[in-house]
Amino acid sequence: MSGNNINAKIRSNPKFAELVGKRTRFAIILSLIVLLPYYSYMLVVSLQPQLLASKISDGSVITIGWPLAALIVIGGWLLTGVYVSRANGEFDRLNEEILKEARK
Amino acid sequence: MKRSITALVAGTLLAISFTALAGPGAIEGVEKQPVNVSAIAMFLVFVIATLGITKWAAGKTKSTADFYTAGGGITGFQNGLAIAGDYMSAATLLGITSMVYFKGYDGFIYAVCFFIGWPIILFLMAERLRNLGKFTFADIASYRLDQNRIRTFAAIGSLTVVCFYLIVQMVGAGQLIQLLFGLEYNVAVAVVGILMMVYVTFGGMTATTWVQIIKACLLLGGGISLMLLTLSQFGWSLDNLFAKAIESHKMGEKMMAPGSLMADPVSAFSLSLGLLFGTAGLPHIMMRFFTVPNAKEARKSVFYATGFIGLFFLVTIILGAGAITIVGTNPAFFEGGQVGGKILGGGNMPVMHLAKAVGGDVFLGFLSAVAFATILAVVSGLALAGASAISHDLYARVIKKGTATGAQEMKVTRFASVGLGLTAIALGIAFKDQNVLFLVALAFGVASSVNFPVLILSMYWKGLTTRGALWGGIAGLVSSVGLVVLSPTVWVKILGNKAAIFPYDHPAIVSMSLAFFITWLMSVTDKSARAAAEAEAYEEQFIRAQTGLGAAGAHAH
Repeated sequence: MSGNNINAKIRSNPKFAELVGKRTRFAIILSLIVLLPYYSYMLVVSLQPQLLASKISDGSVITIGWPLAALIVIGGWLLTGVYVSRANGEFDRLNEEILKEARK
Repeated sequence: MKRSITALVAGTLLAISFTALAGPGAIEGVEKQPVNVSAIAMFLVFVIATLGITKWAAGKTKSTADFYTAGGGITGFQNGLAIAGDYMSAATLLGITSMVYFKGYDGFIYAVCFFIGWPIILFLMAERLRNLGKFTFADIASYRLDQNRIRTFAAIGSLTVVCFYLIVQMVGAGQLIQLLFGLEYNVAVAVVGILMMVYVTFGGMTATTWVQIIKACLLLGGGISLMLLTLSQFGWSLDNLFAKAIESHKMGEKMMAPGSLMADPVSAFSLSLGLLFGTAGLPHIMMRFFTVPNAKEARKSVFYATGFIGLFFLVTIILGAGAITIVGTNPAFFEGGQVGGKILGGGNMPVMHLAKAVGGDVFLGFLSAVAFATILAVVSGLALAGASAISHDLYARVIKKGTATGAQEMKVTRFASVGLGLTAIALGIAFKDQNVLFLVALAFGVASSVNFPVLILSMYWKGLTTRGALWGGIAGLVSSVGLVVLSPTVWVKILGNKAAIFPYDHPAIVSMSLAFFITWLMSVTDKSARAAAEAEAYEEQFIRAQTGLGAAGAHAH
């Protein structure tokens, strides 16, 4: 069986369209969840820095900027975990099925 | 011996510094330190261990696949540590702590900018890189485009970034080692260059990966221990640490909020673009995706790498904030005992002084050895990426058109590694006492404006043609290099002109946009038969990128 044949089979398998659609959407949504807060943060930093200067609580000297920046870092990492768990589970299972069906 | 080093900061901030923050102590003299025996002893242990690993790796390195990708047999976790190791240079430790020490919160903003590219690399690139590539990122860029021209251009892009980065690392290594170990600058540069050649030439990717893993563990372990020792001094209370820092810092309460660093939104945007997409265009980082057996492990490796890098940044922030009080109020760490004056050893030293203050001489020696090991590991990764561009892309594919035998290619790789090592030593010595900060801007500028556009478009855009990729790449290269030359750092500070022609130190906002625009324009207007064939070939590439069908597998021994 030629490579072209396998490619054609994959292409015509509705599961392939499902895989590509789901994974692409998921990747874009997660990218936006990372980038929108990040660029909002950068805008606040350069245009309204005083917004980050208020204290996290009355008794504390720490400003909200510190936990916020830490949150961007930790949140970004947790989202990589979210992506990997779905991509290595659900998406890879779908992928296996597609490849198996194409090789029949 | 008094050495007047222009911008010690420049050399040692390395990868993390951009001209906007040459700031703290950019120009100051440095005393060569007395020979530090415990630091050298600990470093020797590291060298002996890594040479042992190189010997073991050399026995395993039989084919080109072994050499370039460690046979594809590295696990996701190991590769994650190695990627983190590639990204966390000595500069990250010294530079970010120093920025927090001098500028407070601004240092944190900077760390966030350096971090944010990682999740994006995972979401948009990791699995496609793994599925399409074999040894180098040029494999992907030239997948369905003209092998000769695009591969040559991608290899040139890689080598450019590698060379800029190598110079910065070598100069930083010389200065740092002179300072911490009391070795001569030239000796330090030669030691780094020779060890790098040995690791890469004999041990290839296997040795380089393990050196990187060991170093990443040492750096993380050292950083976390130092953080715990520091926190213990403040009764384990961050609130207490910051309260003391505000008392000790000359900016007072202002250090707790964003300052002048990112005050110009255009400049901040350009910087963040360059860092975000430059990271995704660094050849030595991309090469790491080919060392794991499949896309699953590639994704896992970014997850681990992102975690380690994020953790490390958060640790360095706390170290910098702790140093404000512990180092900043101790006369022993200032020239002439003048608190608030010049810091001993230069503006990058707060974390080293912190190590001495909370952990004594032995801990300082340990951290110095870790810093040396870190530089060594980073230059080895760079040299390997450069050597593969020469042997795999230029020699085996372009010159020999794929007819070279594995043995011939290996031979060229080894010569290339030795050549790069010698070049690195020569450049390190040639750029001694120079302000090399602009080279960091150049490396990231070229990575984001030359490597990244062709890479992402070749994976995502069916309409990309050879003509578009070539013209876009040239536009990106010329504009990024040109704009850095016209930037305040080079045009004003180095060349001595009055006013900068291009007002920003980071070119990405212009050069990257231009590269994308020209690539698009020259692709859509390309009506040649070749262009049509290239668009048609996208189908097969797309299926392989998505499913991993036909992807280069792990190479069993």
